[in-house]
Amino acid sequence: MKILVTVKRVPDPDMKVRVNAEGTGIVEDNMKFVINPFDEIAVEEGLRIKEKKGEGEVVIVAIGPSVVQEQIRAALAMGADRGIHVDVDSYPDPLNTAKLLKAVAEKEAPNIVIMGKQAVDDDYGQAGQMLAAMLGWAQATFAYKVEIADDNSKATVTREVDGGLETIEIDLPAVVTADLRLNEPRYASLPGIMKAKTKPMDVFKPADLGVELSPVLELVRMEEPPPRKGGIIVETVDELLDKLRNEAKVI
Amino acid sequence: MEFFPDVFEIFEMPEELKLLRDSTRKLVNEKLIPREREIDETGKIPEDLLNTFKELGYFGITIPQEYGGIGAGFTGYVLVQEELARTHECFNAIISANNGIGSLGILYDGTEEQKKKYLPRLASGEWLASFALTEPNAGSDAASIKTRAVKEGSKYILNGTKHFITRGDIADIFIVMAVTDPSKGARGISAFIVEKNFPGVRVARRHESMGSDVVGQAEIVFEDAEVPEENLIGEEGKGFKTAQKVLNDGRLGMAARALGTSKRLFEEAVRYSTERVQFGQPICQFQGIQWMLAEVAALIYHMQWAVYSTALLHEKRPRINKEASIVKFMATEWAWRIADIALQIHGGMGYMKDFPIERFLRDLRALRIVEGTTEIHKNIIAREILRMAG
Ligand SMILES: Cc1cc2nc3c(=O)[nH]c(=O)nc-3n(C[C@H](O)[C@H](O)[C@H](O)COP(=O)(O)OP(=O)(O)OC[C@H]3O[C@@H](n4cnc5c(N)ncnc54)[C@H](O)[C@@H]3O)c2cc1C
Repeated sequence: MKILVTVKRVPDPDMKVRVNAEGTGIVEDNMKFVINPFDEIAVEEGLRIKEKKGEGEVVIVAIGPSVVQEQIRAALAMGADRGIHVDVDSYPDPLNTAKLLKAVAEKEAPNIVIMGKQAVDDDYGQAGQMLAAMLGWAQATFAYKVEIADDNSKATVTREVDGGLETIEIDLPAVVTADLRLNEPRYASLPGIMKAKTKPMDVFKPADLGVELSPVLELVRMEEPPPRKGGIIVETVDELLDKLRNEAKVI
Repeated sequence: MEFFPDVFEIFEMPEELKLLRDSTRKLVNEKLIPREREIDETGKIPEDLLNTFKELGYFGITIPQEYGGIGAGFTGYVLVQEELARTHECFNAIISANNGIGSLGILYDGTEEQKKKYLPRLASGEWLASFALTEPNAGSDAASIKTRAVKEGSKYILNGTKHFITRGDIADIFIVMAVTDPSKGARGISAFIVEKNFPGVRVARRHESMGSDVVGQAEIVFEDAEVPEENLIGEEGKGFKTAQKVLNDGRLGMAARALGTSKRLFEEAVRYSTERVQFGQPICQFQGIQWMLAEVAALIYHMQWAVYSTALLHEKRPRINKEASIVKFMATEWAWRIADIALQIHGGMGYMKDFPIERFLRDLRALRIVEGTTEIHKNIIAREILRMAG
C-alpha cells in the first residue's frame, strides 16, 4: 500500500497573525510555522492505514520554498517514510498546486492520496477536489472515517455532511481529504525526531515534473478584520430583545 | 507573532533540535498546560502524562542511542528544559536526574557494565534516579560531607544521612557521594550507584517545602548500607570530580528553566494587563504597568541570548565554569524578579491560587539555591577574575 500525503506549511494557527503594511501578505518576523492542522490529520491517517495493514509506505509531499522541508521533516518524525519537496519560490494557487500534485501522483502511483480538507492560511479548500478531477480518480472529501479493503481495491469513507454523516464506497486509487474529527494526530517521539533527518527526501522543480506553472489567481489585497467594538451591558431581557430586533435586526 | 526572535534564526543548530523544541512546545501547550490545575489539586503527576513522557522518550534525551537513549545532547536538553519550564515545574523535575545528575556520572566515568545495566533503564524511565550529595552539615561546602564508605571484602559499607534529595522518596537508584578516605578532603570522596533495595538504605522522610513539591525532596539514611564494589563509579577518590562535571552541565539547564518560566510569566502578565479594567481602562494603558512589561521583556531578551550562546560555547569546549555560573546566577535572579513583577501586575489575583503566578513564584525560588547558590556562583566568578588578575 503506497500512501501519498500532502502537507502545507502555514502560520501557527495559535498565533496572532498581522498583515504587512503593503497589504500583500502577513508579517513573517517572529512567526512560527507548522504543518497545516488538517494535513497533520492526513499524515496521522496515512500512518494508521500503514500500521493497520502491517505494510506499505507513507510518502510526504510539500510544495513551496526550501523552508517547507521543515514541515516534511516534522511529518517524517511522526513516522512517515520519505519526503518529496516540490521547490517553488512562492505558494501556488489551488489550480497550480493540483497540477503539481497530479505530476507527483503520476510519478509515484500511490493507492491513495490523503490531503487536508483545506489549508488554514488561505482557506481555499479546492486542491483536493481539483487533483481528483485532473487524475480522473474518485474523491471523498471531509473524511470522518476511512477503511481500506483488504485487497486495496476500494475504500469505505464516512464523510461529515451538514447535520450528519454519509458513508460512501470509492474505487482506489482515490483522493481523500481529512476533516477535523478523522483522528487525533500523534506527537513525534524523540527517537522519531532524531531519525527524521536520515530519511530520504527528493527535491523537484516544476520543470523536473514536466509542469509549467501558469497562475490563474492574483492576490489583490489582504486586510485585517476591523477591530472588535466593545460590548454593551443591557439592563433587561426586553431591552436585549429590542436591540436584537431593531438595532442588530437578527430576529 | 512571538515577541522574542527564535534562537534558531540566529544560531546554527542541528535541524532535529528545532523539531525537538517545537514538538515539546506543542506537547506543553496542548497537553500539559491544560492539566496544571489538576496537578495542583492532586499533588501528583497524572499517570497518563507520565506514560506519555516515557513513550515519547523524554527520560533519555541526553543518554546516547547505544544505551537506549535519544542522544540529543546537551543543547537539545537545554531546549527541552526551557519549553517544559513554561508549565508545571514537576515535569522538568521528574525527568531531570535521568537526563542529568543521575545518569551523566555513569556515562562520563562509569564502567561499561554500569552503563549497560543502568542507562537503558534510566533512558526508558523504567527507573528513576536521584543525586545525593547534600547533607545536613554540608551544603555549599559540599566537600565537607561526612557520609562514610568503608571497603569490606567485595562490598562498601555506607553510613550517613543525605537531605533535600529531589525524588529521594521515589527513586530506584541514587548516585551517592561518600568519603572513602577522610584524610584527603575532596580527593577522598567517591561516587557510588546505590539501588534503593540494597540492605541498609532507608527513606527517612519527605520534606515539606515552599514549592517544587509535586516531585519533592527527601532525607535518605544509610545504615551499614551494603554496596557491591562494582557499583563504585570510576576510581576511589574521583567522586567529587565526577560530581563537579555533572553539576557544571546542570547549571545551564537551571538557567534555561528560569528562561522558560519567565516567558510564561510574561505571556500571563501581558494577557492579564490587557483584560483587567480599572479606572475605566485596561491596566496595560497605565504607563506604570507598561514599564513593568518592558522591563520583563528586556530581561528575557538578555537571558535568551546568554543561555543559548553559552550552550553553544559548551558544545565547543568542555570547561565553561565561569560562563555557566554567570548565566545560572543572573537568569535565576532575574526570573525571581520577573515572577515578582508578574504577580504585581496581577494584583490580588496573582496571590490567589486561581492563577498560576504564585505557584511559579514559589517553585522558581529554589532555582537561586539548587546546583550552587547565587553566592557560590559569584564566588566561582570572582575566583576566576582574580586568577586572571594574577
Ligand atoms: C528544592 C531543592 C532541591 C534540591 N535537590 C537536591 C538534590 O537532588 N541532591 C542534592 O544533593 N542536593 C539537593 N538540594 C540541596 C542544594 O544543593 C543545597 O540546598 C544548596 O547547595 C545549598 O546548601 P544549603 O542549603 O546547605 O545552604 P548553605 O550552604 O548552608 O548556605 C546558607 C547561605 O549561606 C550562603 N553561603 C554559604 N557559603 C558561602 C560562602 N562561601 N560565601 C558566601 N555565602 C555563602 C549561601 O549562599 C546561602 O545563602 C536541593 C535543595 C533544594 C532547595
